[in-house]
Amino acid sequence: MSERPFLDVRDLKVHFRTDDGLVKAVDGLTFRLERGQTIGIVGESGSGKSVTSQGILGLHRHTRAEASGEIWLDGEDLMTVSDERLRQLRGNKIAMIFQDPLSALHPYYTIGSQIVEAIRVHHRDTSKSAAKARAVDLLGHVGIPHPARRVDQYPHEFSGGMRQRAMIAMALANDPSLLIADEPTTALDVTVQAQILDLMRKLQEEFGSAIIMITHDLGVVAEMANEILVMYAGKAVEHGPVHDVFYEPEHPYTWGLLTSMPRLDRARLARLNPVPGNPPSLINVPPGCAFHPRCGYTGEVEGARCRSVVPDLAPAGPEHLARCHIDDARRAQLYATDVKPRL
Amino acid sequence: MTTDTIRDSRTPLLRLTNLTKYFPQFRQTLVKRPDKPIRAVDGVSFELHAGETIGLVGESGCGKSTVGRTMLRLLEPTAGTIEFEGRDITGIGGSELRILRREMQMVFQDPFGSLNPRQTIGSIIAAPFEIQGITPEGGRRKAVQQLMERVGLNPEHYNRYPHEFSGGQRQRIGVARAVALKPKLVVCDEPVSALDVSIQAQVINLLEDIQNDQGLSYVFIAHDLSVVRHISDRVVVMYLGKVMEEAERDELYERPLHPYTHALLSAVPIPDPEKGERRPRILLKGDLPSPQNPPSGCVFRTRCPRAEQRCADEVPLPLEVTPGHRVACHFPEERTIL
Repeated sequence: MSERPFLDVRDLKVHFRTDDGLVKAVDGLTFRLERGQTIGIVGESGSGKSVTSQGILGLHRHTRAEASGEIWLDGEDLMTVSDERLRQLRGNKIAMIFQDPLSALHPYYTIGSQIVEAIRVHHRDTSKSAAKARAVDLLGHVGIPHPARRVDQYPHEFSGGMRQRAMIAMALANDPSLLIADEPTTALDVTVQAQILDLMRKLQEEFGSAIIMITHDLGVVAEMANEILVMYAGKAVEHGPVHDVFYEPEHPYTWGLLTSMPRLDRARLARLNPVPGNPPSLINVPPGCAFHPRCGYTGEVEGARCRSVVPDLAPAGPEHLARCHIDDARRAQLYATDVKPRL
Repeated sequence: MTTDTIRDSRTPLLRLTNLTKYFPQFRQTLVKRPDKPIRAVDGVSFELHAGETIGLVGESGCGKSTVGRTMLRLLEPTAGTIEFEGRDITGIGGSELRILRREMQMVFQDPFGSLNPRQTIGSIIAAPFEIQGITPEGGRRKAVQQLMERVGLNPEHYNRYPHEFSGGQRQRIGVARAVALKPKLVVCDEPVSALDVSIQAQVINLLEDIQNDQGLSYVFIAHDLSVVRHISDRVVVMYLGKVMEEAERDELYERPLHPYTHALLSAVPIPDPEKGERRPRILLKGDLPSPQNPPSGCVFRTRCPRAEQRCADEVPLPLEVTPGHRVACHFPEERTIL
């Protein structure tokens, strides 16, 4: 194999033209991912994390969305491959786990027949009975009790956690090497979430898939990912190994996310330190650094650069990138003196 | 059943004794026949003092929201008593109940569903005044605008409609409406779970500020154990309609005794990769049993890693292990989870 990483996303842009103006939902995202690794994409609603996953699956083709950039998966650029090839890849080499299993599963068909379909779409020579046997296997594998009986049941007969397992089983039907999980546990209770995350970790060890984990929950990322990409208003503002981003975060927005979270594992702080204001509308993204209206450190930068110049995503450590005008040394100092004591 | 709990010298603001709520079920055959009821809340007792916040946690279906609604008499309890400031309010009705509602209010989870889209936010926040026939000093409009300012909304937006506001702002509208009559008790049912992290912290701070100003008490219902640790003075852990454990906040998080509390705390992912790897992980097997058919004995026994025969035979009664720390388990065990 060549030197290329398994997944190489370069300058991905997904823009939507609307009557109110151009919505830059994803605006120049670059990251790489190797087999067996997990990247966590974190951000608040409207930061572009879900559009990123849809973009990788090519779901914006033949829509009014304008997508550009390169998505190299195992030597193929998903942006330029034919529709037919993309169809072959989806649900096969690339699989997706959605947030809401109830709307992602068809209510009229049994769980089993939906998994059988997922298998037979890509492997026409597999007989129905063989595919069904595989479906029973898969359901057992994701921890559904009595899979031989459950396979003939409908989604409404499954609990939330069981539906999510069934969806994971369907996603795994064709041994995908890239798994995109968009808020896979957000709708679930914590004990069920722990079961599902544990299952995903085990399956990753077993199959060596690469996982893109999209979530707003920093705890989930801390537990699952090797690498984190923090998004704000369609752009990456910080990107680095999990350890670096949690213990030496570089961007004021990441600081804000960390200080605004109440912590389970520490005695209570007198007061939470929320990021002031609201996330911006993607139609009217603030000029310069999109985060500047909510940032408490714009005074650290000469002139009005935060308000006029978009900062570059620049190296802040060996593998650590941050999009901020404040220089590195000063940022480290600010974090140590002003942010860390409030965590 | 008599329990000799140590009565606090003060009368609690709210005391629930054996609160029970069953939802009747019917089988639709040729004739409608009664079926086993859903035991949403099954004998819940706790006290809440003035100015205090009690956190009610548990997974979906554990009955925490039903407790909140029943204590406000939005649902009729099947059994048990609700006392408010020492007065039994379980059976009151009509105008008596309406006057009582000035003292007890609610903030709902869904900032979209809980506001009438056809009313301006001015009239939404003024609704409590209108229903209670109260004209505050300076008029309703002025009172509403003061409330809007108090919760961090622009008073000039008096005539706007709910759809013009973001989720966090709508939740502020819900808070303004709940505290308009200066109630003594506000039940907050998952008030921040629909909000983004940064906005969540803003609303939590607002709730705390209002509590400090007005000295009110909260019953804070949430599934997010981190938020509950931050806001509560005491925490009640529920499972399948019953209280499993109750303790002071830090006591519960640092010295949890019930195997269910252990599992719950160990399941929450924490934003600290190294610490997260070190701590024990307890995975529960299977799903929540149906509240229509709860297990015999201890309701948690079917998923409990420590269950023995006794757990199936005998219902564990809440036991006060240390002052203020009650646990309903035959085999409580102190464990460090976090």
